[in-house]
Amino acid sequence: MALFDTDELVLNMGPQHPSTHGVLRVVLRLDGERVVGSDVVIGYLHRGIEKLCEHRDYLQIVLLTDRMDYVSAATSNLGYCETVEKLMQIEVPPRARYIRTILAELQRIASHNLWLGTHAMDIGAMTVFLYNFRERELVLDLFEDYCGARLTYNAVRIGGLPLDIPAGWDQKVRAYCDLFESKIPEYEELLTHNRIWKERTQKIGVISAEDAIALGLSGPLLRGSGVPRDVRKDEPYAAYADFDFDVPIGTLGDTYDRYLVRVEEFRQSLRIIRQAIDGLPEGPILGKVPRLIKPPAGETYHAIESPKGEIGFFIASDGKSITPYRFRVRPPSFCNLQALPRLIKGHLVADVVALIGSIDIVVGEVDR
Amino acid sequence: MLDAIAFYTLAALILAFAIAVITARNPVHSVVFLVINFLAVAIVYIVLGAEFLAMIQVLVYAGGIVVLYLFVVMLVNLKRGPEAHQDPRRQTGAGVGLAVAVLAELTAILAYTGRNPLPAVVPAASARGPGGNTEQLGWLLYTTYLIPFEVASMLLLVAMIGAIVLARKVD
Amino acid sequence: MSAYFIAHFLLIFLVFNMLVMSAAFMVWMERKVCAYIQDRVGPNRVGVEGLLQPFADVLKLLMKEELRPKAADAFLFTIAPIVSAAAAFTAFSVIPFGSETTLFGLLDRPLPLEVTDVNVAVLVIFAITSMGVYGIVLAGWSSNSKYSLLGGLRSSAQMISYELSYGLALAAVIVLGGSLSLRELVLNQTGYWFHVIPRWYIFLQPLGFLIYLTAGVAETNRAPFDFPEAEQELVAGYHTEYSSMSFAMFFLAEYINMVTVSAVATSLYLGGWLGPILPSWLGWLWFLLKVLLLLFFYVWMRWTLPRYRYDQLMEFGWKWLLPAAVVNLIATAALVLWIG
Repeated sequence: MALFDTDELVLNMGPQHPSTHGVLRVVLRLDGERVVGSDVVIGYLHRGIEKLCEHRDYLQIVLLTDRMDYVSAATSNLGYCETVEKLMQIEVPPRARYIRTILAELQRIASHNLWLGTHAMDIGAMTVFLYNFRERELVLDLFEDYCGARLTYNAVRIGGLPLDIPAGWDQKVRAYCDLFESKIPEYEELLTHNRIWKERTQKIGVISAEDAIALGLSGPLLRGSGVPRDVRKDEPYAAYADFDFDVPIGTLGDTYDRYLVRVEEFRQSLRIIRQAIDGLPEGPILGKVPRLIKPPAGETYHAIESPKGEIGFFIASDGKSITPYRFRVRPPSFCNLQALPRLIKGHLVADVVALIGSIDIVVGEVDR
Repeated sequence: MLDAIAFYTLAALILAFAIAVITARNPVHSVVFLVINFLAVAIVYIVLGAEFLAMIQVLVYAGGIVVLYLFVVMLVNLKRGPEAHQDPRRQTGAGVGLAVAVLAELTAILAYTGRNPLPAVVPAASARGPGGNTEQLGWLLYTTYLIPFEVASMLLLVAMIGAIVLARKVD
Repeated sequence: MSAYFIAHFLLIFLVFNMLVMSAAFMVWMERKVCAYIQDRVGPNRVGVEGLLQPFADVLKLLMKEELRPKAADAFLFTIAPIVSAAAAFTAFSVIPFGSETTLFGLLDRPLPLEVTDVNVAVLVIFAITSMGVYGIVLAGWSSNSKYSLLGGLRSSAQMISYELSYGLALAAVIVLGGSLSLRELVLNQTGYWFHVIPRWYIFLQPLGFLIYLTAGVAETNRAPFDFPEAEQELVAGYHTEYSSMSFAMFFLAEYINMVTVSAVATSLYLGGWLGPILPSWLGWLWFLLKVLLLLFFYVWMRWTLPRYRYDQLMEFGWKWLLPAAVVNLIATAALVLWIG
């Protein structure tokens, strides 16, 4: 029997809140500051991209994929283009595949930079945020050198690449790799062995391997729980089969493990980029692509490993029109966000922001 | 003269805010008036030359205990109809009885001191050494009034343990 | 009106203005130091090295519209920032920042460099700081916003918990110095051990000093203990709904509280205005330097550490800091009794 009559406090976090990473809305039911229940409300950034794609031709869709996960646009470009290539069975020349890999890995670093910065800031470590943005800037500079854009790149074409790398770009990438490698310890010094950071992240939002699989999680969230699933390793695409790299996994599946996994991915990405730059083959950058892209009737699903998890594209073509009959994305942010109510239950308000950050969502991709 | 003016002004303030405490409709306002009331009492102590007591009054009552009051009042849902107060006159009898008792006690004390006047108290202000009257207070508490002091602290301890026992969740 | 009275009046005026200026300077220092920590440049457009930036900020705040939520409690909403700022200013009034001066013979008797010398100064500071919490709690409640309320609740719980350790750390110094007057406590620290180590209480009370600093951070709501306003969780905590000058008053109070906490630490542990080299009438320079170093420490900490969690802070306060402070006090008292 309860001695005192207590009420739950309903706290509406978002859609305008500094830590919900865009326009996510979480309705929290609190007992004191402890979360007893929550509803995640999405859709504030819904632009109907999937439907829009069914009314655009295949080349125009690349531009739309930029606008889904706008902090790692090149990954979405790559995932879409490879899906169409799979549907039309287009062979991509090796040089294009290598450059695509470099772009994807640079993009992974930039996305993780943004994640680490905002995640650390959610937990109050402001300085880490600015350090990360300092290094992310360098990646954006590299992308600007390559394609002229800094956020929405439109960097991949069906069958290859629109542009070859500019002269001296490979040297710049190499210099960047060396520089960035020296910066990772700076983040780790501020966080990894920091007692406050550990107390804020260890044993917070634990999710077991079975639960992670059952919830359909992917990416660092799944690997943090100890499941060594990485599309780059398990179903290699682009040129990943040619490179040596490890898939870091966590043990407990808490916020700290997910942090460690992502920091290790920084290093592995650098490893891949270095191998790709060293072994960059000569040759054309665009394969044999028909002038009018009109895939044969049929449907296909293809997934790649985005910084946030497994991003998959499903395209159905009726073989008659120049637009997809059905276009559907499996966005990692959306699928991973499903875990949020389970993760935050029983934790405190302060942990809610840490856990939203830990999932690494981009609302543009959740809502599409 | 100046002392008298100060005293009567403060006394008026104390009474006014004490009335405000029980008449304010909003409990949070009540608590705020209570704080002002305590501060005014602290000033009375300063006028009497008892700085230490004044500061302890502010520190313990105004700064400590009332914050806890505020804490509780803020947490309680004030919008709900207070079922316990459905009959406003249900405690009138007890209230009147208590008031009469207090009045009788005060009259008795007045009558007693009127007949046998107390020895003149050394004014606190003149007894101030380098440490103010803090030291004297300490001496008195630990010599003459040792037993009441210890009894009072015992009482508080019992209350604290009782509160913990009440608040502890039964697992 | 004697020259002494006028000088004293001017001193009070000066202290008040210096406090306001110190808050402005602190804002600048905070931004500048944080910029250098974060590999940036910081404000550098308004004035030399951005020194006038705080004034530009204040001007901007003055121009802003004063907003009040419709459902707010008008009376409490208005007085909350005033309580906060007033408490912050008042607490500084009993802190001595220099030895006595006759202004080169202008005055008939020496004027102590402080607003007022109270024989229970330590308690005065303590009492007034404890009143400051009302500003925050009432702001949190009167805004009628859940984020503000949570901020106000956190703040009251935090301040009550940490005031205990804060007070017990101070009590140990009072036991050592045998006085409640800050001026006497500072003067007790005159001299040197073995001609090198100054007789500052920090060397007798290293644990007490650490406890005081930690509790001071919690008391002033600074990172890593800045829960009442934890921007990532509670938007802006208790001052979420405040704008314009009423917001500025909270802001001012926060910085002045920092200055006060550092000034008290300087007086009680670091020998106040005492120091070598400088002649005694320039002692206030030592005072300024020591306060500045402590303030730098606060800023440095804020931009290096992540934020603690509220329950962890409470646990730390009650289970570690308070017992440590009690042990420190008992040990100090026993030693004082033993040595005499």
